[in-house]
Amino acid sequence: MSEQQSSPDKEPASKAQAAQESLGNTERAEDATTPQAGPATATPGGTPEPKPSLGRLFVANLWAANTVTVTVLSLVLAIVVGAILMIISDPEVLSTYSYITARPSDALNSSWTLVSEAYANLFKGSVFDPEAFSGWLNGTNGWQAVLAPISETLTYTAPLVFTGLSVALAFRGGLFNIGGQGQATLGVVLAALAGFALPLPPGLHLLVAVLAGALGGAIWGFIPGILKARTGAHEVIITIMLNYIGTYLLTWLIVQNGVQDPNRTDAISKAVDPSAQLPRLLGDNLRVHAGILLAVLATWAVAWLLNRSTLGFELRAVGANPDAARTAGISVARTFVLIMVFAGLLSGLGGANMVLGSTASALTPLVVAQIGFDGILVALLGRLKPWGVALAALLFGALQAGGNRMQSYSGISLELVTVLQALIVIFIAAPALVKAIFQLRAARAARLQTSLAKGW
Amino acid sequence: MSTMAVPDVAVAAVDEGFWTRNRKVGLVLLLLGLLSAVLFGALATDQQARFTLSEDAAGTALEINGTFGAILFGVIALAAGAALLTVVPKRWFLLVLGVGLVAFVLSFLCWQVSAAPAGQNFMPLVNIIRGTFILALPLIFGALAGVLCERSGVVNVAIEGQLLMGAFSGALFGSISGNVWVGLVAAAVGGAFISLLLAVFSIRYLVDQTVMGIVLNLLAVGVTGFLYERLMQTNAERYNSAPRFSNWEIPLLKDIPVLGPALFRSNIFLYLGLLLVLVIHIGLFRTRWGLRTRSVGEHPTAADTLGVRVLRLRYRNVLLAGVVAGIGGASYTLALYSFTKNMIGGKGFIALAALIFGRWNPTGALLAALFFGFADQLATYLGAINSVIPSQFLAMLPYLATILAVAGLVGRVRAPAADGKPYVKG
Repeated sequence: MSEQQSSPDKEPASKAQAAQESLGNTERAEDATTPQAGPATATPGGTPEPKPSLGRLFVANLWAANTVTVTVLSLVLAIVVGAILMIISDPEVLSTYSYITARPSDALNSSWTLVSEAYANLFKGSVFDPEAFSGWLNGTNGWQAVLAPISETLTYTAPLVFTGLSVALAFRGGLFNIGGQGQATLGVVLAALAGFALPLPPGLHLLVAVLAGALGGAIWGFIPGILKARTGAHEVIITIMLNYIGTYLLTWLIVQNGVQDPNRTDAISKAVDPSAQLPRLLGDNLRVHAGILLAVLATWAVAWLLNRSTLGFELRAVGANPDAARTAGISVARTFVLIMVFAGLLSGLGGANMVLGSTASALTPLVVAQIGFDGILVALLGRLKPWGVALAALLFGALQAGGNRMQSYSGISLELVTVLQALIVIFIAAPALVKAIFQLRAARAARLQTSLAKGW
Repeated sequence: MSTMAVPDVAVAAVDEGFWTRNRKVGLVLLLLGLLSAVLFGALATDQQARFTLSEDAAGTALEINGTFGAILFGVIALAAGAALLTVVPKRWFLLVLGVGLVAFVLSFLCWQVSAAPAGQNFMPLVNIIRGTFILALPLIFGALAGVLCERSGVVNVAIEGQLLMGAFSGALFGSISGNVWVGLVAAAVGGAFISLLLAVFSIRYLVDQTVMGIVLNLLAVGVTGFLYERLMQTNAERYNSAPRFSNWEIPLLKDIPVLGPALFRSNIFLYLGLLLVLVIHIGLFRTRWGLRTRSVGEHPTAADTLGVRVLRLRYRNVLLAGVVAGIGGASYTLALYSFTKNMIGGKGFIALAALIFGRWNPTGALLAALFFGFADQLATYLGAINSVIPSQFLAMLPYLATILAVAGLVGRVRAPAADGKPYVKG
């Protein structure tokens, strides 16, 4: 969708404004308010107050269709739909609905028990478990159990930050990088190869392995970049195809001599040397590892790159309007290639996290999990801003960690997490829908539409 | 794609000099031919390579000495390449290219079949053709769904999700009702449900269509996976034991040698798929609906000016696409297997590749799907005869072919001009 076709949420803004907005510092808080907050906040019949107090503005914005409100409400909607799915897929609970007119309490109680227990486990598995806390106070378990949920959440968060940043960075440059999965796959492959094949001293070994992962991703990002620059081939198609080529490359490589674990007959490679593994932060019992620190560092670096560097300016200019950027003397082709290389590099780092961290230590066909595709959702949820992406990754990491507990304690399939994640993003991508459902007031020209890619 | 080309690089300049596209392709073909004549010829054995006209080693067969065949077909490919490089006029380009590529494949097969373990030096053509069509079937349905959507200007990356949802609801409602036809209708509705979401969000709420497609795929994987674990795994007998369509033999046609047993003793989905290709092709290029669809996909503003209801047509076509893809999904669960988690496994994306490789054209998509199906079947066959070629590399073939096609190395493909652009009246 091009910038000219403004979304229905946008207040009519002049072209200059729109251009300024897309090119300008979009890092500033979306809901930062100014006195002229639009007709919605004006008192009916009276003159608009010259300087409404901060409190009033907060209340006025609370129920307006701004970024934060829409995000929270999307979360609520997704949770509601998830609850409905749980109820209709439970035959016992569903059977109570057959006599709901006779005894509605049965249906409501059993539904409430099912749903609330499931979501409580989701929370306990990802943020805080009161039982572990009281156990710690009583001395029945150590402090590790209290931090375990957070540790799990951060473990799942780290790779998602990288792939989310990868997608977001490309998006800001006007490219839709669906290839995070393939780039992460190549990252995993090279990181693991460097991890078990190179005899290097500790420290250096880890550094080389991480860089190898980045290199793998960068190569896989370079291909769509150069093809787009040279031939105009659409990066969406190329990256989709490269995802599958990467996957087949991985499954082929695992069973080759010298790569496959000699003691195993199934598809698993040798394990990465301990000297190339990311150190754990909170002792060996908790899985959180240095990858999360790298993720924060990467977020900062991408934020700097986007907002403070020349390349970042060129990138945003190309993303906003390639023709204008070209007229201004920016080499669009070069920028496209660089964007994809950087995006691939980030995804490759995400892949390296999967095999050098605590999630796995050897290559298997499913070692990359879904981090590339999840990265797309994370980037959209984070509104394509580095720190937003980091927060979104944290939410998704928490859902993943909590989903594990929900599966083992409540018997609710982990797939529900996928459903929740997809639904959140669907609602976020269509703020007009959320606005209509909750009867939100129109906000100031907030950039709610997360759409940048064009057609084929 | 044309809008996205980057003019500050010399993109395929009008005056190409000596190295026209045809000549470049010719050079590649020449090298391929040389490779196959020398390498395949050297690796092939003196065994007879037999291509039997049945399902096993028995019966009549086309036979050729392995080494001789590999070299012979290699030389034919080489000659075709040389012809393209020098003398061939433009209008014969595709024909000569086709001959060259087929010769290359045959040379490869002569090597593989002759080098197979003793007693397995045969290739049962009936099996290969049948397998090709069966493996291509979901791709055909998926690519047709893509054609319907994208010709009217809506990018359909959600083919995977549509196929999956069709397969799931076909299995679920087929099992509950115990009736294949109910299952088939449910599959169509399931596919249409994903389409409805795609349509509403991309047409009404103007969400980026590619983004929406990707998210819908994940949603479909999640919802079907969730319900599969909750319902089908716990009570497979009730929820995941759909009846299956039996094979229908078509009188007369079933007696054609090779093709008869391979194609005309199959189930309803194969006939339906081939029929749909024909119907959609005629519909798209010979009817009023087709003209309107194409105009909406190329230039919606102009179509609107002439009184075509752009959005309504798009809604209708996207929903129709969901129905087609949903039935394609049912070709798994109502004919071959019971439902498993994520059972489409990327076929939707190969269907997308087939759509692009077939240049957004139903017949082209059919041929591309068959090509991809053949690559898939060949991988299975080569695995069975312990070939040295890793099956993973054959599995990559569709994706590589698509990259080459999109990058303009095999001829430039062009999407409908308004594909992916939402239409806002005004």
